[in-house]
Amino acid sequence: MEKNISCSFSDLSSNLGISCFIAFITIILVRVIYVIYRTGKPLSKRSPQALSTLIVLGSGGHTAEMINLLLVLQKDRFTPRFFIAAATDNMSIQKARVLESSWADSQSGVKGISAEFMQIYRSREVGQSYITSVWTTLVAMVHALWLMIKIRPQVVLCNGPGTCFPLCVIAFIFKVIGIRWSSIFYVESIARVKRLSLSGLLLYKLRIADQFFVQWPQLHRKYPRAHYVGCLM
Amino acid sequence: MGESLDGVKGKRVVFVTVGTTCFDALVKVVDSQEVKDELLRRGYTNLLIQMGRGSYLPTKSTGDDGSLAVDYFTFSSSIAEYLKSASLVISHAGSGSIFETMRLGKPLIVVVNEDLMDNHQSELAEELAERKHLYCARPPTLHLTIASMDLKSLVPYSPGDATPVAKLINRFLGFPED
Repeated sequence: MEKNISCSFSDLSSNLGISCFIAFITIILVRVIYVIYRTGKPLSKRSPQALSTLIVLGSGGHTAEMINLLLVLQKDRFTPRFFIAAATDNMSIQKARVLESSWADSQSGVKGISAEFMQIYRSREVGQSYITSVWTTLVAMVHALWLMIKIRPQVVLCNGPGTCFPLCVIAFIFKVIGIRWSSIFYVESIARVKRLSLSGLLLYKLRIADQFFVQWPQLHRKYPRAHYVGCLM
Repeated sequence: MGESLDGVKGKRVVFVTVGTTCFDALVKVVDSQEVKDELLRRGYTNLLIQMGRGSYLPTKSTGDDGSLAVDYFTFSSSIAEYLKSASLVISHAGSGSIFETMRLGKPLIVVVNEDLMDNHQSELAEELAERKHLYCARPPTLHLTIASMDLKSLVPYSPGDATPVAKLINRFLGFPED
């Protein structure tokens, strides 16, 4: 008799455990669906305040394109600015520093540079095979998570290559679990005329990017959710 | 476009750049007799090669005997000065070099590196060649391109503009238009 009671009690508790688990998964799923639904929809309320902005610098030509974009964005709206480049890419950080100090000079002493510069492990070096990049992507993910917890940006600007993908995924996860709502903008490189880059393709297909820009009409025809904006260079 | 004589004594420089890459196939081919003869025939006097991380060293020449003067270096913090003094630029397919050269209005032949694993770089060069902003070649066909190119038929590139992107981003975030 006693045995029966304890037995049904453990049944009950395991049932409760399973139901809690199912409820938890359901909530997460609903939340993911909600975030995907909201992704790409303009922010409903006007944001008169400045937004903290993460700028992911690619390398070489990617950085040049990003700097062209930053030159026409209103500095007072996108502030403070956090620049992240690959650990192996000192040149891009240098270019960003030059840009920021030229801005600081032009406002002559109003306030110091509202920018920070960081470097991150790359998920995939140019020419690295896709198989070994699974491991390097994991390492990059952990480092990216650490930086993202510190920054918690409201706007993410990126234009590839690999470096930006982990950061965008984390920004998306932050949206799902409610740490920080952010808007993610991805500009595909001008070098991509007919095919998207791997990071571009993933951010487009997984609907992580709120707005996705392409610079050639051929890509716009293939990926209709993208915005065709003409050449940035 | 670019057919004018630059510098002193009608010096006409061909500047070859591989950027930060290693592109021995290009350095080798511009150092070949075939390409050098063709450049000389087209009226160029000097060949200056920025060879990057490559290991192939071209043969230097002063050009005193009426041949093409050849010189090379590995890197420079700014290649802008070299681009400005060039009458013809032969470049790897990196977008940085391509747009920097086009912005200066210099005639350009882009040579695609056939050895790269993920060769998306040819997309850009081929598209811009189709729009007649530059010539696109592969190392084995470079001498043919030099022989047949008509620099007057190249269309000047008008630099792009990032304001459409900035506008869309601002609108998305709810910032007022200005």
